[in-house]
Amino acid sequence: MSVDTKIAFDQDYIKSFSERRQEPKWMESLRLKALEKSENLPMPKPDKTKIDKWNFTSFKHDVPADAISSLDDLPKDVRELVAKDQQSGNLLVHRNSTPVFHQLSEELKEQGVIFIDIQTALQEHGDLVEKYFMKDVMKVDENRLTAVHAALLNGGTFLYVPRNVEVDVPVQALYWQEDPEAGLFNHVIIVAEDNSSVTYVENYLSYGNDVESVANIIAEVHVGQNARVTFGSVDNFAKGVTTYVNRRANVARDGKVDWALAQMNDGNTVSTNTTHLIGDGSNADSKTVTIGRGDQKQNFTNQIIHHGKNSEGMLLVHGVQKDSASAIFNGVTKIEHGAAKSNGEQTQRVLMMNEKARGDANPILLIDEDDVMAGHAASVGKVDPIQLYYLQSRGISRHEAERLIIHGFLAPVINELPIEGVRKRAVEVTEGKVN
Amino acid sequence: MAASTLKIENLHVSIEGKEILKGLNLEINGGEIHAVMGPNGTGKSTLASAIMGHPKYEITEGSVFLDNEDVLEMEVDERAKAGLFLAMQYPSEVSGVTNADFLRSAINARREEGDEISLMKFIKKLDKKMAELDMGEEFAQRYLNEGFSGGEKKRNEILQLMMLEPKIAVLDEIDSGLDIDALKVVSKGVNAMRSDDFGCLIITHYQRLLNYITPDKVHVMMQGRIVKSGGAELAQRLESEGYDWIKQELGIKDETVGQEA
Repeated sequence: MSVDTKIAFDQDYIKSFSERRQEPKWMESLRLKALEKSENLPMPKPDKTKIDKWNFTSFKHDVPADAISSLDDLPKDVRELVAKDQQSGNLLVHRNSTPVFHQLSEELKEQGVIFIDIQTALQEHGDLVEKYFMKDVMKVDENRLTAVHAALLNGGTFLYVPRNVEVDVPVQALYWQEDPEAGLFNHVIIVAEDNSSVTYVENYLSYGNDVESVANIIAEVHVGQNARVTFGSVDNFAKGVTTYVNRRANVARDGKVDWALAQMNDGNTVSTNTTHLIGDGSNADSKTVTIGRGDQKQNFTNQIIHHGKNSEGMLLVHGVQKDSASAIFNGVTKIEHGAAKSNGEQTQRVLMMNEKARGDANPILLIDEDDVMAGHAASVGKVDPIQLYYLQSRGISRHEAERLIIHGFLAPVINELPIEGVRKRAVEVTEGKVN
Repeated sequence: MAASTLKIENLHVSIEGKEILKGLNLEINGGEIHAVMGPNGTGKSTLASAIMGHPKYEITEGSVFLDNEDVLEMEVDERAKAGLFLAMQYPSEVSGVTNADFLRSAINARREEGDEISLMKFIKKLDKKMAELDMGEEFAQRYLNEGFSGGEKKRNEILQLMMLEPKIAVLDEIDSGLDIDALKVVSKGVNAMRSDDFGCLIITHYQRLLNYITPDKVHVMMQGRIVKSGGAELAQRLESEGYDWIKQELGIKDETVGQEA
């Protein structure tokens, strides 16, 4: 028996939701069309992972949340997520998808940088948002869940960096799901105009193991010519949350995107990270670490698609599978015809901590051009009992030995994460998942 | 602290159903250095692995006691915490874990929670011991044994020995693959450990190491047993005459395991 995947929201609900948020007309009609389409579109079909029994329909959509007046009002665990090296305070806090705290330095405002929650962005910069919202990078009708996402969008961030503006300090968005039942339909748009640069860091956090909810997340990144975007994320949704997340970038000529993703959810997750290297000389570097535990099922697709000549793509994925967790890792390097002199490399490594844990790494190279370089490495293996013996022979307990091996296995990726705050948080979350 | 005693009685050990040790007896007291010698394939390394609890070795008979504690009942880490140490012939490489972090975890595993070694104290001790072993500072931050040469790995085993200060240490072919300078350094490290509280079992098939570490007792292993014991002079005689005279004396044709006299 398959679970009903139709959502329980109708046109009237969407209409009044959009009106309450004082959205521009185009957004309201986009939502309504998306809702209509969602009824007929198929569910996404992640390779080798059956999601037909996952919960995509049980969640609360519109959960009220009180604003906070200062960061001291945040609970300790949330406050600690605010990066220590983030003195600038370019920060946006969402609570149950509602923006409750916002700071952007005067300096960045003067330079024309927009860093604001998506609701306010729709009100104040409606035309600008429309230009980028699910047009070139993502489409509303890719599948049922992308359409549902557009219809129910209830949170997110709009980050716009004008031409020639270089933002030196990271901007950070915290998505704090205080109510375990609150569903999150979060939409992030990053626009880095030509010759600009910015670093964006996001943290997702939720609680409660027995309560079901849904996170349906899209991040669209537009990297202009010779622009650079560094995108760091630490996902940490609780066990009851089904996560469907797409993070995607289009990169123009000589532009560069760096992804640093610590995917530490405890619930079932389908995650796709995609970069289209459209311009000549464009560049993508994607690094992902994950730990699966309990009986969670996850599916990760990390892909870089080369369109432009001399484009360069690097994928690095390290995953640990504990307990009876299972995960599929698809690494896709695609080089289109005409993308001559491009270089695509990928490495995926999976470490399984016991007999019941499962991990599959599928390296996929799709090359339609002769004059290219491409390479892949994939390994899947169980933890080495002799390694454990060696560590234990020094008095280290089995548990501690496993902890060291997991940290060690993830370290080559975590150490390379380009943002100090993400790196620290990734280590902390790893610690939490290992103990 | 009173000197410890490791007492091995009638030890029988099998690997994958094949018996390697066939009733081995040995007693090592604090303050003593023993050497177990013998040609290849006589069960020397099996003895080392069995004492430490290597997962592939099965003890079928006999006992190993450290003072009054039954070693064979203990997990590997409990054996280490009880005071045993094995310098391995082939140390594992652990990627992503620095030597320093590993050593600190190992030291703290021996201490109560809340009584962890202070970082300053740890670094001071580590610097001192590394200097004694002619190890460059960079070794502290390198990943555990990863990309180490054979000689560097052996030095790192001795570094761990010196940092962890066990009651009884087993050194399994710590000299193999070492050039003479490295051999001297490693020997210096072991000699520095000498005290009434420290007992040591050196497993080797070269007498060379014993020129630098003088053993109190020398044992010869053949066919999974100790067939002859003596003092340091026994090692000297083995060096000059080889093992044939022992085989003749005992009527052994093939000294390796699986052969009977």
